[in-house]
Amino acid sequence: MQWTVVVGRYSPPGDPQPKGEMGPAFREPYQNAPRKTYQTFKVDLPDHAMVLDALIHIREYEDESLAVRCACRSAICGSCAMWVNGHARLVCTSKLREHTKDGKVVVEAPPSMPIVKDLVCDMTPFWRKNMSVKPWLQNKQPVPQGEEYRVPNAAMENLIQEVSCISCGACLMDCESFAVNQNFLGPAALAKAYRYTADPRDADTDVRLREYSESNGVWDCTHCYECVQVCPKGVAPLDQILKLRKLAVDAGFTDNAGTRHADAFAESVRDSGRLNELTLSPKSLGLFNIPAQLQTLPAAFNLLRAGKLPPLIHPKIPNVERIKNIFKKIGERFK
Amino acid sequence: MESAVIIDHDVVVIGAGLAGMRAALEAARNGAQVAVVSKVHPVRSHSGAAQGGINAAIAAGDSWETHAFDTIKGSDYLADQDAVEIMCREAPGDIIELEHMGVIFYRNEDGKLGTRAFGGASKARTYFVGDITGQALLYALYDQLLKAGCKVYEEWFVTSLWMVDGACRGAVALDMIKGDLALLRAKAVIVASGGMGRVYEPSTNALICTGDGIALAYRAGAPVMDMEMVQYHPTTLKGSGFLMTEAARGEGAYLLNNKGERFMLTYAPTMKELASRDVVSRAETQEIAAGRGVDLCVLLDLRHLGADVVLKKLPQIHEMALDFLNIDMLKDPVPVRPGMHYIMGGVKTDAGARTPVPGLYAAGECACVSVHGGNRLGANSLLDTLVFGRHGGRNAAADVKKVTAMPSDSAGEQLLAAEQRRVQSLCDRPVTGESHAKLRLQLGTLMDEKVGVYRDEAGLRDALAQINDLQKRFETVAVRDRSRVFNQALTFALELGFMLDCAEATVISAIDRTESRGAHYRTDYPQRNDAQWLKHIEVTRRDGAASAISYLPVTITKWQPQERKY
Repeated sequence: MQWTVVVGRYSPPGDPQPKGEMGPAFREPYQNAPRKTYQTFKVDLPDHAMVLDALIHIREYEDESLAVRCACRSAICGSCAMWVNGHARLVCTSKLREHTKDGKVVVEAPPSMPIVKDLVCDMTPFWRKNMSVKPWLQNKQPVPQGEEYRVPNAAMENLIQEVSCISCGACLMDCESFAVNQNFLGPAALAKAYRYTADPRDADTDVRLREYSESNGVWDCTHCYECVQVCPKGVAPLDQILKLRKLAVDAGFTDNAGTRHADAFAESVRDSGRLNELTLSPKSLGLFNIPAQLQTLPAAFNLLRAGKLPPLIHPKIPNVERIKNIFKKIGERFK
Repeated sequence: MESAVIIDHDVVVIGAGLAGMRAALEAARNGAQVAVVSKVHPVRSHSGAAQGGINAAIAAGDSWETHAFDTIKGSDYLADQDAVEIMCREAPGDIIELEHMGVIFYRNEDGKLGTRAFGGASKARTYFVGDITGQALLYALYDQLLKAGCKVYEEWFVTSLWMVDGACRGAVALDMIKGDLALLRAKAVIVASGGMGRVYEPSTNALICTGDGIALAYRAGAPVMDMEMVQYHPTTLKGSGFLMTEAARGEGAYLLNNKGERFMLTYAPTMKELASRDVVSRAETQEIAAGRGVDLCVLLDLRHLGADVVLKKLPQIHEMALDFLNIDMLKDPVPVRPGMHYIMGGVKTDAGARTPVPGLYAAGECACVSVHGGNRLGANSLLDTLVFGRHGGRNAAADVKKVTAMPSDSAGEQLLAAEQRRVQSLCDRPVTGESHAKLRLQLGTLMDEKVGVYRDEAGLRDALAQINDLQKRFETVAVRDRSRVFNQALTFALELGFMLDCAEATVISAIDRTESRGAHYRTDYPQRNDAQWLKHIEVTRRDGAASAISYLPVTITKWQPQERKY
């Protein structure tokens, strides 16, 4: 059966430039990513063939200059994450049949990462983030001599979701927070952070939780769920991030904007049954953090001018006591 | 290329899978200044595809001697027993070390390490993490490598070894991102670049398993050994040829023919589906040849294991059967066939991972100690990588202290210039030349057809003639990419050269061994012949002449060869 595959091509200056039509600039916030050309290939492959099969076929028999990273072809090595129709996916497990839309499938390097050539992006940001969460066991002392640590199997099974991560980087490629803040640690690295934090054999739990609670850490995730959706291995990075947040708060690492923001949110709902946007920002930043408070003034002024400032007197919903009762039932923290 | 780049290290490790990373860690721990060079990022290495587990005799009632005996019997008595003893004695220490590195091994109710059964083993001694054991180990070692601050040249492709006065003193590598060659000068080079699965088509191996290190060492004068011993895994997925772990049968899965019979009950009444891989692969081939197959496959049946076992202990293969065949193994059996999986042979080393070439070491699948002999047991390959990677790292670190005279910068610059000319001439060939992909496919199909589960003289001679023809055509292979950056057409052409060398050594050895032993089954010599063939075949390359065959005795310590029954 014949498939139409449109491939985003790019070669760095100094190398022969690829064929194809120059594509448009990318949407915000990727408007500065280099523009690419798009080349259309027609390939004959069976009905069940994967997008990677098409790319390999093109590279072997149509155009040897097409650069693609791939090794295992079966979602183990993590080499081949890229954009398929604008979303990060492993091409080795993406069926042509399922991804052909309007008669074609569009494959390209994601604009969220620096590009090397064609479908090969520079994964340095991904590896740097991984490195910065100190992804290795800090052994709890004493290390048992000549035998293993005794830990329940459930504690190991709890980590297998992250250990299934193949570092393909799809989650980072499509992460909305990373798109606007290059310093955000990102889904995969934070999932890895959870893996070592929650390992009963690790001695640095508190050190880790403090570090991951700082800016660019767990609280900078905006819960868009892109990472959960694009992950090919079911790692669900957001779930790991939420577990880290809970561990951090439970361990008392609450003196940070993220926890204050969550607390302010909850307190407002507890006390009035709805969100008080007027107090949310000051409380998140810290009431006595005058420099940060002053920085928000221009934004507040813009809101005022646009008529979007929340009412100065925040109304409660009727029967707010019932909300308070819910909070009492949830637990200690918000009584 | 602008100016010659020469970078100095004590030890350079080629390959960043389990053997390579373990070697690098050990060399660093022993005070060597070490670097790893790999054509892919370390976590992309093919070690990560190992599913089932890693063997060690730790549990009460098991012993290293039993593990050694199972390994030797599995090898059809071709393994060197002194080396097997070392591997099996040291295995428990390596498992515990991995556990201390953070590997999340499966536990028993009492929180201690738990095991599963595996093929050819008389006791359940396979330690595992679901069906992603290789991946779990690979990441644990990578994390340790990061912790140690070890230098890794990622996506650097080694084109040749630097030989000076018969000793290995480094490697020339292509930085694929920049497109420049550099010389990594070193007092010791450890080859740990994995297997050569792509010499066969199909194969369970990744596209990167092209025998680079084996060919590099072979070209540098190191002998290769047991190359005729090529393992076909009994359960590879229909079509794609992907691996369905032996752990499936370890957990109790059946193999069925088209009549729904568990045919292994006939071929191996005691061990049944868990006989050694060579035995099961031959049985399947016979069933299929006798017309009892299903689309040239047999069926792997996991339905009776239940959802809990499959989804918790074998989730990856469940997903793969869904992805690639649209079969839910909870509801239907999965068609599988024997597929090329592993090579027992490789660069000949002693039990300390030293090759006969000074300064050159080898470990992992590319090496041949020999601990696997004629047939490797499942879950012994991960063990092999760790034990002999460790020995290689430690011995290299010790040996480099004795190396005082190193070749000069000008000698290095000359070498780099010559290698640059060689690579450039490859790139400058007319684009009308042969296609690397077409030649590779021809080679692979040829090897699968003539040098597979069953072999005979006529087929092997034909294979050799065809390989020699492919070698001639290789001289005109074109590189149809003029880029400097990430020129894969160039690296694929270089890989094809490596693969042809590996294939030739394999076929030469297979022609020579006129008996049937382990994975090497000659229909024209169906019996094992200990009187004549209880020895290793070594092949050494000679410039301008046919490769030379020589023999090495098998080391027997306490296990005399007996008839092999499962």
